[in-house]
Amino acid sequence: MDIHEYQAKKILSDFGVTIPRGGIAYSPENAENKAREIGGNKWVVKAQIHSGARGKAGGIIVCDTPLAVAQATDKLLGKKLVTNQTGPEGKIINRIYIEEATEIKKELYLGLVFDRSSESIMVVASTEGGMSVEEIAKKKPDSIIRSKIEVAVGMQNFQAREIAFGLGIEPELIRRAAETINGCYRAFSELDATMVEVNPLVISNQDQILALDCKMSFDNNALFRRNQVSELRDKTQENSNEVYASDRGLNYVSLEGNIGNIINGAGLAMASMDMIKLAGGEPANFLDVGGGATPEKIVKAFKLISMDEKVKVILINIFAGINRCDWVAEGIVQALEKIKIDMPLVIRLAGTNVEKGNKILKESKIKYIEASTLEDAANKAVKALKELKK
Amino acid sequence: MAILIEKNTKIIVQGFTGKIGSFHAEEMIKYGSNIVGGVTPGKGGQTHLKLPVFNTVKEAVKNTGATTSILFVPPAFAADSAMEAADAGIKTCVAITDGIPSHDMIKIKRYMRRYSKLEKMTLIGPNCAGVISPGKSMLGIMPGHIYKEGKVGIIGRSGTLGYEAAQQLKNLNIGISTSVGIGGDPINGSSFRDIIEKFEEDKNTDAVLMIGEIGGPQEVAAGVFAKQNMKKPVIAYIAGLTAPKGRVMGHAGAIVSAYGESAVEKVELLKESGIIISKNPSVMGETVKLALNGKKN
Repeated sequence: MDIHEYQAKKILSDFGVTIPRGGIAYSPENAENKAREIGGNKWVVKAQIHSGARGKAGGIIVCDTPLAVAQATDKLLGKKLVTNQTGPEGKIINRIYIEEATEIKKELYLGLVFDRSSESIMVVASTEGGMSVEEIAKKKPDSIIRSKIEVAVGMQNFQAREIAFGLGIEPELIRRAAETINGCYRAFSELDATMVEVNPLVISNQDQILALDCKMSFDNNALFRRNQVSELRDKTQENSNEVYASDRGLNYVSLEGNIGNIINGAGLAMASMDMIKLAGGEPANFLDVGGGATPEKIVKAFKLISMDEKVKVILINIFAGINRCDWVAEGIVQALEKIKIDMPLVIRLAGTNVEKGNKILKESKIKYIEASTLEDAANKAVKALKELKK
Repeated sequence: MAILIEKNTKIIVQGFTGKIGSFHAEEMIKYGSNIVGGVTPGKGGQTHLKLPVFNTVKEAVKNTGATTSILFVPPAFAADSAMEAADAGIKTCVAITDGIPSHDMIKIKRYMRRYSKLEKMTLIGPNCAGVISPGKSMLGIMPGHIYKEGKVGIIGRSGTLGYEAAQQLKNLNIGISTSVGIGGDPINGSSFRDIIEKFEEDKNTDAVLMIGEIGGPQEVAAGVFAKQNMKKPVIAYIAGLTAPKGRVMGHAGAIVSAYGESAVEKVELLKESGIIISKNPSVMGETVKLALNGKKN
């Protein structure tokens, strides 16, 4: 789960990281008042969406007067911001963060992630803040410092100091820098985060060490014990079909193609999508209805797929194990009595009682194309799509 | 021979009396697995499915001589149960539970560092279908009848895609020594490399099929190990050609976040290690067949 910049900043500041003064606004008047409250003579108006690269997309505006802050807020609120990370549909701006402007002496990069090789928490830091970490890795790979933290004992002071010295921080600021790095580590470790990225981490002209922009993501599997984090979820930042799916216990990812998929199991779903691609088609989605593929889940899956206007053909691929193909077939028949599907439907059943399952489908009123193997199913789906275009 | 489980392996079920634990315990018993009891804290002394229930894993081990456990405990308590099994001297534990936090998985693995190599429990999963040595014992939630007894080892992250492979092999009259589901989470108990090593040592396994997917470094690490240490042919399929970068594809661990983690990159790196690639998921069985006959697809 992702959260907004201002939420991540609040969390980090609770862990002893210094952040610039700021406040959230939902209207231009609100924003103007916030600017006056914060004081000073320069403010940054920041669109709060779940994406980086907001600056280049016009989502961050520097203002010299509270009136200008109101105008900038007016310009951004309610708009969709398209960045190189949001996809062409962009993300809606519902909240604006107003922050005092910082005079920057030095921009650094600080990130924490899980390292799956060593199964530890990895700190990645660089003197080249402001660029994305991919860009840094490409342009200035030598600037990158990596430090693996043993989770059983947590980050040690020497490790934080080593990173700080590695970043070329002046001796009198080392202690504060180490506290900042340690604060980020503790936030990661104590809140079940999967990513903390402070970019840039800056040293101001006043020699303050400040988190100027930050991102945090959390482990969905741990939200049950992190109420204060799960409350921060903003569904307006997620694809509406994906929200519909996750609220109903389906694993769904919206994609660009036009062949809709209903599959049981994540691996089989990815494999079926691969077959579609190899057959010359493009999948419209990833959809895992769960290993069991119960009739209720299949009904929900049909509803979800029919909400996607891109979909022109539907491919169903169910490998029935403990549940049986005849049950799955009955589920499909029941679902299609409830939902009208006006497009070619390719169904491939495999596993326990496959003959019985196929017989139930054949004897029902459903119009569908039967497929035997994974490859057969993908080929028939792509063929059905091509015939539609004729 | 097979790996991890044999005909007489004594198994206990952790989370025995719950709905899911009961259902799958019955399925395993029907298959012929030697289930000797179960653990549900607070229900010790009761009998369930005609078998004894214990309060702790230690008691269960002491009274039944169990060496192996399967875990159906809810995510919030699963890490605790896995560590309890390790401490009670269980040698192989399969965690079926889906949804264990990553931080907890790291904790389990760190906890197990206290044991010497000989004492240490092999943890399989979580978020997996389990282990089956066809015709001998089933320690999981898979449909046992689709697995034919034979000499191919399977390791996979996904449940249903593993079933697909077993079915393809069965259709070609090829059997399986042991099939191991290592699970779809980012941090798991045993890696492809850990299991592939066991298959290399197993006399009754002639070839190994690895069914991988996007995300993480494991498949590639197993490839490097195979290149340096394995004589048996290794065949691999990697799912997720169409997966966009940075998105989680169902399995918590199926996310491309670094170089070498996409399907295309993994296939390239595996080829460099001399691994035989199944070019699509529909030909996993045929590719294994060719490899067994000493040919490449």
